[in-house]
Amino acid sequence: MLQAVRTGLRSPTLLIGSVILLFWIACALFGSRMTPLDPYADDLLATLTPPSPSHWFGTDQLGRDIFSRVIIGARDILIVAPLATVLGSVMGTALGLVIGYARGVLDDIVSRVIEALQALPLVIVALMALAAVGTSNATVVLVIGFVFTPLIARTVRSATLNEAELDYVAAARLRGDGALAIMFIEILPNVLPVALVETTVRLGYAIFFVASLSFIGFGIQPPSADWGIAIAENYSLIGSYWWTVLFDAAATASLIIGVNLLADGLQSVLER
Amino acid sequence: MTPGITPPLGAAPADALCIEHLDVAYRVGASERRVISDLSFAIRTGETYGLVGESGCGKSTVALAAIRYLARNGRVSGGRILVDGRDLMRLKAAELRVLRAQTVSMVYQDPARALNPSIRIGRQMAEVFEVTEGLRGKPAQERSADMLARVQIATPQRVMGQYPHELSGGMQQRVVIAMALASNPALLILDEPTTGLDATVEAEVLDLIARLRDEIKTSILFISHSLAVIGRMCDRVGVLYAGELVEEGASAELFGDPRHPYTVALLRCMPSFGRSKRHGRLETIPGFLPAPGSISGRCVFVDRCANATERCRNEVPPALALPGSALARLSRCFYPERAPHLPRSAEMPVPARRSETAALEATPDAVATPLLQTRHLSKTYRSGSRALQAVHDVTLELRAGETLGLVGESGCGKSSLAKLLLGLARPDAGSQLELTGQPLAALASDRTQAQRKAMQIVFQNPGLALNRSHTVRRLIQRSLRLLGLPRQRREARLRELTASVRLTARHLSDKPRQLSGGLQQRVSIARAFAGEPAIVVCDEPTSALDVSVQSAILNLLVDLQAEQQVSYLFISHDLNVVHYLCDRIAVLYLGRLVEIGPTAAVFAGPQHPYTEALLSANPAAQGVPGERVRLRGEIASALNLPPGCVFQTRCPRKIGRICEQREPPLLELEDGHVMRCHIPPAELARLQQGREPNRLSP
Repeated sequence: MLQAVRTGLRSPTLLIGSVILLFWIACALFGSRMTPLDPYADDLLATLTPPSPSHWFGTDQLGRDIFSRVIIGARDILIVAPLATVLGSVMGTALGLVIGYARGVLDDIVSRVIEALQALPLVIVALMALAAVGTSNATVVLVIGFVFTPLIARTVRSATLNEAELDYVAAARLRGDGALAIMFIEILPNVLPVALVETTVRLGYAIFFVASLSFIGFGIQPPSADWGIAIAENYSLIGSYWWTVLFDAAATASLIIGVNLLADGLQSVLER
Repeated sequence: MTPGITPPLGAAPADALCIEHLDVAYRVGASERRVISDLSFAIRTGETYGLVGESGCGKSTVALAAIRYLARNGRVSGGRILVDGRDLMRLKAAELRVLRAQTVSMVYQDPARALNPSIRIGRQMAEVFEVTEGLRGKPAQERSADMLARVQIATPQRVMGQYPHELSGGMQQRVVIAMALASNPALLILDEPTTGLDATVEAEVLDLIARLRDEIKTSILFISHSLAVIGRMCDRVGVLYAGELVEEGASAELFGDPRHPYTVALLRCMPSFGRSKRHGRLETIPGFLPAPGSISGRCVFVDRCANATERCRNEVPPALALPGSALARLSRCFYPERAPHLPRSAEMPVPARRSETAALEATPDAVATPLLQTRHLSKTYRSGSRALQAVHDVTLELRAGETLGLVGESGCGKSSLAKLLLGLARPDAGSQLELTGQPLAALASDRTQAQRKAMQIVFQNPGLALNRSHTVRRLIQRSLRLLGLPRQRREARLRELTASVRLTARHLSDKPRQLSGGLQQRVSIARAFAGEPAIVVCDEPTSALDVSVQSAILNLLVDLQAEQQVSYLFISHDLNVVHYLCDRIAVLYLGRLVEIGPTAAVFAGPQHPYTEALLSANPAAQGVPGERVRLRGEIASALNLPPGCVFQTRCPRKIGRICEQREPPLLELEDGHVMRCHIPPAELARLQQGREPNRLSP
């Protein structure tokens, strides 16, 4: 463990990624105490003012301070996206283990279904599901979790196929271990690194996914200061009032890049 | 010679390879580890020089340094390397390229990786002539065909049109050797060229290398872990230990009269031909190979040497020339004259073992009901319309307390048979398995816990057989549950078990990758014995291990058998090991049992012609060349079995039509010695007379 931390510190990608992610996590946790101004207070006398010493990132159509809103805007997306990813990973890892170990007909059927799902554009699938069940933070978590399950299952399945061929699995069968014990006690710890890397990669996608859904109105709902909502509200003004969109977009991008750097770094550390 | 000055050519005939005071270091993290230190040797023109040592001693690093092809984190930190008189480290990139193309060639262990899988052999061969001689088109093709003919490929034109995967391992290695020799190199480096091959194929390839060596007079650096192979192939030998050349000399002298304690100990570790467990325990070398670069200011072997004195601990012994030998002999030992009298580890007191002699004496007959009985055991793998007979109609029995050896080339069905016995694969209909007279379900999951408990396995590669995420304690504990012991007894049994495989409590919290190969195999053995089994299948348990580690594991298996009266089914390709350990031997060819009998009877003959060929291929048992039996061609495909006797396509003693038409019946020669051959036993005995390899030493 200590060794892994030390190796991690030597990997610049991992380090930079973690710093970016930790910054946004701090914003999400302590944002309300960090903002210089009240992010929800409107000031109709100072709408759409460009960046200035009093409003670092300018103000929006209602005169709200964009800097404060960008900082507080990390909160909802950093709750919804990780929860959705964890849900997808746990279900995906379990499903992948089962079909990878059982093989045969079960694997054939589930794998074909997964392939069919992958052929559909995921945003459309999620959109239809949300339209049917109604949108809230909880339903967004569930829908994205279910959409990610087959993707993670596929990765874990192929890792499981390789592991199941190894002699330690035969040894476990020879002492009479049941299928569940072999899957979750013997094989799981060895496919965990693969699942972990896949989870971090998926987290980047989940953030993008949630931001996209919020942008089209099916994700996080107002009055949240979410970045996707802010971009949706202001993108028609981009020609003259660029600051109303730029900083929210940059925040979204930096978070996704941070998570992707983390995933890259984690992969190189774990696969050594 | 002062470093840096190239010796004037013609002053002395240039050595093909001359290494002087070579140091090589690898950068690991922030530190540098020296893996080769102060290594000097020279290979004269036309000479074959062998470099022998256990894994991790730096053999391959020397080979790579000799063509300046070290991994990116490795560097030559001192000394020089002269190839054909030129200082390798001073060559420019372009000169180095020319040198690699024209002066040095290299053959690696795995021919499948040396060949490009998507280019036909002919094209790959022709490329060599394009690079070295600028030949193109037809002339290059013709030269390629010539070269393939020289490595005894009977149909060069056909092989040139094939892809590497269409050739067997032996054929692939011949192609690689042909490519290496195509540039007529001054120096040929062979790095474990036969290690991945079957014994019979290895024997053929070694014959070929020996013949080519005499024919073309190339200098050869031959690297191997096998003392027997090096002893057979090389004029002079250097013994490498922990990055130092500890002894050097003419091979006959060095192996006949070793003068370094390490060489002495290593030679004693090998189960010599015809030795059996009844003759006593095998020698071992105590301790472990030191980590690279961890020893300085003293002898590298000091911690494992029974001759070590105070001086060995405080000074580095120089490479001393030994007086009184024709070719120069060197030994890096202060006391080379004491080396032959190194105390024997096996003579040290052995803890008294329960009923040891009884277990060793009473094995072959005595017991009435066999412990395990198979009848007409077959396994056919089907893929579409093709059927592969991995095991066919095997009827044999395993008696209580005995060791049954299972030998044969790779692909003969040894491991498939083991899987069927253990219940890891489902046999064909009509197969019968019985354990102590009771029918046994086909699959392990359908057997009772008591039946599963009775049969366990030790796999070939402990790295894959132990779950890398679990600690040693957890690995053993999970198997201990088979006994159904109460919690408090479990811990005591765990301690007992670890002690019985000579592991210490310190190892219990380690993960497998923190242990060496030998220790991993001990954990694997402890796991197999956890449920107090009646039968342990050992699937090549020592073939991934070094000689000195192998002997310790074999001793352990013998001890455990004596203590617990367990039966072994011992799968191995090493006939010396099988002879040492086994009471009876079964020989498999293409999934069929061709011969089975008591070890002494099988080795003494008359033997099945296939057994005879396996014995002749044993590099440690080479007789006079004319008396050797060599198999022609490759093992027939199990997908397309030859009619009649399955061995007839390669049989050196084939008698005619009958072999092609009828499958020979099982014939009992004497008590318990059975074989499947059309030749009458008396005739076989006459044919095999005068061949030496089956002699038994007292």
